Amino acid sequence: MEGPGLAGGKNAKAAVPHPLSKDVLGFEEDDDDDDLEVFSKDASFTDASSFSISMQTSPSSMINQHTLDDEPDSKDIFVTVDDPANHVTTLETFVTYRIITKTTRSEFDSCEYEVRRRYQDFLWLKDKLEEAHATLIVPDLASHKKLGPGFISKMGETVKAVANTVRSIKNRPDEFTAKSDYVDVFRQKMGTLDKISQRILKELKEHLTEMKEYGPIYTVWSESEQDLAEPLKGVASSIENCCKAIEGLTIGLSEDLLPALHEYVLCAETLKSVLKRRDLIQADYESQVDALTNKKADREMLEHSDLSFTIGAFLGKNAEEMKLQKQQKIDREIEELQADIGHLEDKVECANSDLKADWERWSINMRNDLQSAFRNAAENNILYFERCLATWESFLASQQIETKVDKNVKESA
Amino acid sequence: MREWGNNRIRTQTAHALQPAVCQPAARDVKSLRAVCILPEIMEDKSCLLKKMEISVSEAEKRTGKNAVNMQEIYTVYLIETRTHDSQNEEENSVPDSLWRRYSEFELLRNYLVVTYPCIVVPPLPEKRAEFVWHKLSADNMDPDFVERRRIGLENFLLRVASHPTLSCDPIFYLFLTQENGWKEAANESGFQAKADSRLKALNATFRVKNPDKRFTELKHYGDELQSIISHLLRVRARVADRLYGVYKVHGNYGRVFSEWSAIEKEMGDGLQSAGHHMDVYAASIDDILEEEEHYADQLKEYLFFAEALRSVCRKHELHQYDLEMAALDLTSKKQQKEELATGTVRTFSLKGMTSKLFGQETPEQREVKLNMLEEQITDGEELVKTKNLECE
Repeated sequence: MEGPGLAGGKNAKAAVPHPLSKDVLGFEEDDDDDDLEVFSKDASFTDASSFSISMQTSPSSMINQHTLDDEPDSKDIFVTVDDPANHVTTLETFVTYRIITKTTRSEFDSCEYEVRRRYQDFLWLKDKLEEAHATLIVPDLASHKKLGPGFISKMGETVKAVANTVRSIKNRPDEFTAKSDYVDVFRQKMGTLDKISQRILKELKEHLTEMKEYGPIYTVWSESEQDLAEPLKGVASSIENCCKAIEGLTIGLSEDLLPALHEYVLCAETLKSVLKRRDLIQADYESQVDALTNKKADREMLEHSDLSFTIGAFLGKNAEEMKLQKQQKIDREIEELQADIGHLEDKVECANSDLKADWERWSINMRNDLQSAFRNAAENNILYFERCLATWESFLASQQIETKVDKNVKESA
Repeated sequence: MREWGNNRIRTQTAHALQPAVCQPAARDVKSLRAVCILPEIMEDKSCLLKKMEISVSEAEKRTGKNAVNMQEIYTVYLIETRTHDSQNEEENSVPDSLWRRYSEFELLRNYLVVTYPCIVVPPLPEKRAEFVWHKLSADNMDPDFVERRRIGLENFLLRVASHPTLSCDPIFYLFLTQENGWKEAANESGFQAKADSRLKALNATFRVKNPDKRFTELKHYGDELQSIISHLLRVRARVADRLYGVYKVHGNYGRVFSEWSAIEKEMGDGLQSAGHHMDVYAASIDDILEEEEHYADQLKEYLFFAEALRSVCRKHELHQYDLEMAALDLTSKKQQKEELATGTVRTFSLKGMTSKLFGQETPEQREVKLNMLEEQITDGEELVKTKNLECE
């Protein structure tokens, strides 16, 4: 198994082009959370042999292949994650995923790569990306185990830690304040939607349980009836069909809508921390600007000061010499500061524009993802109703036939 | 005597014929006027329904003083009747009508049950809302409940009126046509005195030696039907409850989508619209479940029919028991007569003892005793005959 070294190499190459290039953004998109999440919830490994599970490619990876973004020509790298395999060593048991990369980019020596990575490696990559591109929105990784409050609270603590180190910013541009407000509301709404959907799933499952008890009673009843036996059995089997339809609905909910909503709950946290990081960068810059102002003020003061009454003079040093030394020191410091500030100013500019651009990209993705998730949920519901309707209509039709037959029997009798 | 296994009951709307009882709520239930037609019965000219149209068309609230002189609110139902007179067939004739409350229906039914012990009397709609799936519908004043009760009462009257025996009952006729005075007439029949005690009936069930097989089977069927239908109704209520939950939680989507739409520029309109649809969806469950209640009501009717069936079977058991007791009594009296006539004492008895102690009776005394016994025997035989008839 290849270590992070090669991945690091990939990463270094990816960092070389302009951070804003769509190639890089496209690459980051392909960390498919959905595959991981579907997988980690349902799979259970009990035997030591390595085996594969055939699972669906997540919708977003398929869409990526058909290009989700507005510029279809810019895609020159395709990544898929599949084929989870169990590995057992004497020390530990872990799972690896096969990553297939197809690309036409010149930075890559070959046009196709296949590697195996484990979850730890994904975490490592995420960290590296966040380091290199502080204000780009790196998607979240699903956790090993079922995503629970632990993961979110961890994120929360990161955010808090970052927030605590941010000194107050003098003039945060309005647009970023607006974004921050947006994220607050968005996070809240996503959280509520997630809860609502989970509740609906729960109620549906309980409804299913009751329905499963309901149907068989008709069957029991049919055993003590003669003429009524057929219709009663018909009702029982129609109810059974409805049960199957409900099952389909619950599967759709738990495999499509709920993961999508959950992903965006976590995304909101990420957005928050990205905004905080930008603030941090601006704070750094501003503090250096302040430092410069102070130094300049110091220098001013030095100009007009008389060092004759200082300790140095007392110890016999030349006041004029001391002054000169001090002046030179401050001048050097000022120069350094100015260089630093220039640096930081660039950094702030960069960070801001990175964030803005990535924000746009994220917004488009969010809308597409959630719209399609809701649309699928609606389709699922329609399908459920259609199935139920069909089963009852066929039952009614069969009853009409029976009454006609009965009528004929009676008339001819 | 009815045999429920084979009867086919059709409910007919004003426009179309619809199949058997066991189906989900009929379409257009709100305007459904149930007319029960039993094919065999319709041929019977003595059935009241042939001559008279009956309907329970309205319900109203009234206030008044009750038995303990306290103010109460109750509901009355309008019974409308129209006789078919072959001579003056007027389409627009005004129907006769009077108002009755539920307790009066109850009284009528109790009277019928006691007066016709051999007939399975149609049931009334339930006194209190049972098998409730949601707290709301437990209220007797709830308009939906009142409406369903109105339909149930109409069904009751129509079923009674289509029965060859029950429809001829004079008290029933008074109930339908005479506002005042029917209660007095009912009470005068003394039916309350004839009502059997529960304990006596229970006693009979265990003591009967030669139960009639037909009745045992019928009773068994009635028992099973009752337990199956009540189980069915209980589970149906739970199903309805859960379904209600699913729909209502969707209403929350409406609220959140609306709030979310405020911060989205591109998606805002779509979210608003989606939110509105979720609200509509959540509200739609109320009507759906109300319609299902009508289905539940039909099931309940047969639940209560099963109870009526069982009560007839119990009465039969009572008669059977009485019969057996009377027969036993008769046999022992016959035995006594024989002993007296022949002077032999076959079994150890008090008589034997006393005659040993105090001497034999005089022939006159014996004569008197013989005559008495003869009378008792004839009485006994008569009783057995009547009891047998009743059992049939």
